Amino acid sequence: MQSEQELKHFRAELRDWLEANCPAEMRGGEPSEASVCWGGKSFEFESDAQRVWMERAAAKGYTVPTWPVEYGGAGLNRAQEKIFIEEMDRIEARNPLQSFGIWMLGPALLHFGSHEQKLHYLPPIARGEIRWCQGYSEPGAGSDLASVQTKGEDKGDHWLVNGQKIWTSYADKADWIFALIRTDRDAPKHKGISFLLIDMEDPGVETRPIKLISGASVFCETFFTNVKVPKEQIVGDENRGWDVAKYLLTHEREMISGGGQGLSGGRALGAVLNESLAEGQEMDSVLRADAMRCEVDALAIGLTLERYKDQAEAGTGAGDASAMLKYMGTELNIQRHELLMSAGGSDALEWDGPLGNRPADWLRTKANSIEGGTSEVMLSIISRRVLGLPG
Amino acid sequence: MVKLVLTEDETMLADAARGFLDKSAPVKAFRDLRDAGKTHDAKMWKEMAAMGWAGVLVPESAGGSDMGHAAAGVLAHEMGKTLVVSPFLSTAVIAATALRHVSDARAEAALAKIASGEATYALAVDETSKFNPDATAMIATSEGNGFRLTGKKTFVVDGALADRLLVLAKTDTGLTLFDIPADRAGVTRTAQNMIDARDSARINFDDVEATGDDVLGQVDSAMTVLKPAIEAGQAALAAEMAGLSAGAFGMTVGYLKERKQFGTLIGSFQALQHRAAHLWCEIEVTASAVLHAGRKLDEDPDNATMAVSLAKARATSTAQLAVQEGVQMHGGIGMTDAFDIGFYMKRARVGAEWLGDYGYHANQVAKHRGF
Repeated sequence: MQSEQELKHFRAELRDWLEANCPAEMRGGEPSEASVCWGGKSFEFESDAQRVWMERAAAKGYTVPTWPVEYGGAGLNRAQEKIFIEEMDRIEARNPLQSFGIWMLGPALLHFGSHEQKLHYLPPIARGEIRWCQGYSEPGAGSDLASVQTKGEDKGDHWLVNGQKIWTSYADKADWIFALIRTDRDAPKHKGISFLLIDMEDPGVETRPIKLISGASVFCETFFTNVKVPKEQIVGDENRGWDVAKYLLTHEREMISGGGQGLSGGRALGAVLNESLAEGQEMDSVLRADAMRCEVDALAIGLTLERYKDQAEAGTGAGDASAMLKYMGTELNIQRHELLMSAGGSDALEWDGPLGNRPADWLRTKANSIEGGTSEVMLSIISRRVLGLPG
Repeated sequence: MVKLVLTEDETMLADAARGFLDKSAPVKAFRDLRDAGKTHDAKMWKEMAAMGWAGVLVPESAGGSDMGHAAAGVLAHEMGKTLVVSPFLSTAVIAATALRHVSDARAEAALAKIASGEATYALAVDETSKFNPDATAMIATSEGNGFRLTGKKTFVVDGALADRLLVLAKTDTGLTLFDIPADRAGVTRTAQNMIDARDSARINFDDVEATGDDVLGQVDSAMTVLKPAIEAGQAALAAEMAGLSAGAFGMTVGYLKERKQFGTLIGSFQALQHRAAHLWCEIEVTASAVLHAGRKLDEDPDNATMAVSLAKARATSTAQLAVQEGVQMHGGIGMTDAFDIGFYMKRARVGAEWLGDYGYHANQVAKHRGF
């Protein structure tokens, strides 16, 4: 633990660094799905500022501030991380890089990967060079995820993978995929799954975007036909992929809950709503009341995320907290976007209209309470594991 | 930097409090008190004082244990779980905080009496059915070196039995806080028959004399003393309501695990599981806001308003949900007086109104968040 003095010094240095390095265009504004910097080989930066911000942050390890330095992070401890979040929020800095590699695969590799795997896979994630997607759900395995059927046959030095994944977010833009593959068809369903890393450029991997209600195609179908996956591209033990999957899911759930970037990117809902109103128009009393309730809940959920991190650091964690955060965070985010639509009025009804991506973002949030485990699955997990209710 | 995890001392305090309260103040003790028509248990308060609870916010120099607001919240939380009746909030939290913001020998002596359990206090602020100290209309007319107080207060929690009253009144250019004995000439107290069976009073002040010595802090600037006191009270009340929610929730989940219908435990029905799980989520989220408020009061008290209002708003809505779900999931038996869940419902309603309701506190949060 550092002294107050050292933390003060860290804050001052960080503040100067942010002032000098975070471009003005990367501060403020309501973060939209369309303005996210995802990185990856085929990523098209929306501006020079976006590219510069990612590169500068990556050079300092600030794209993954809590990862160890040798794997591309800044090695920040919990106290420093808090300061980092506060200082980023203070200037309303956008996240320099977000990705499934950072939110999901990274934590899983840090926990289950070998040193060689970490050195090989983590730094390119931190630098935004390799973009990952997640191959979990299948047409027949949604909420019942452990029923995945995509199979991997043992061919000595590799697995031969055949099958289909669905809802593979951004698979069409991803460079690699981490996937749950059934490597033992005879074992009970949770015990025959392996967690494999697959290069999307490998022969036999095909992906097809699915057009969604938002008009965008963030989700894809991904097909594997006789894809050879070398044996060293497994995380954790053979047939023990469910452990990795579950661990990763807790991170995914925290990310979807808004923990990854703060529910409002650090901005107060009221301020965002006020900006959306037509000039001279006041927030009506119903919208204001709903917004206040939403703001109260958002702040308290944000504090809960902080509390859980503090508990984890103190070693007094309550176990399966991610289901709660996922459920509460996504239900809130859905409400929040309803309010944003309401504040926008008819301006929010046009695709790429005066409010830009707002309608598409609003529709996108409807998946929040489904992806990564539905709200109902979360409540069932809590009821069983936390409350100890029968069945 | 605010750390949202209980310290070792706070955990020990919570365990010790739970141990004592389970033995000496289970819900049955509250029921007995109510059935006897009493709203205060003087012997219990003495015991709490002996354990250092009455002096939780009193400096050690005045005989207190000086454990801070987060610790006061820990105690309030444990008391809330089993609906413990005590003047803890009015005396040990609100009055003690007000007195701490006055640095003179008289305040020091008053704090010592709080810590020892000798003196109890009540805060007389409300004049209408809603909390709004800024709109205080009661007048203190200056006369020589002192004042004459005339007006009415309502919903003075612990007011019928308290030894002393903290009274907010209008003076020449602002508001002034007076600290007077409750039996001073001209003070008429009428106990209210409250739904939660606790002490509350309507108090009439008819030309009551107050000297300059009776003023807490400075004339015309009550809020330097009263604002921190009210915020401390709001945070501790939020903690009590979070404890109340946890208590009601524990009873309810316990019932789901023992009640059978359709030949099976009702806790196996998904409809009820999801209601219970949702409630647990709300309780967890509120716990964070409550702990955060206590920490802010201890570490950054001048900027704690939003944190406190956030805690009180969340605690209010969570407690309302907890008791509603509690009665619903208990079914018909939850509606009977013989069953305890109804006590939780009634206390939650009183706690919701005291020191500002949901709307009051949500507005405070909104104001701090720029709308």
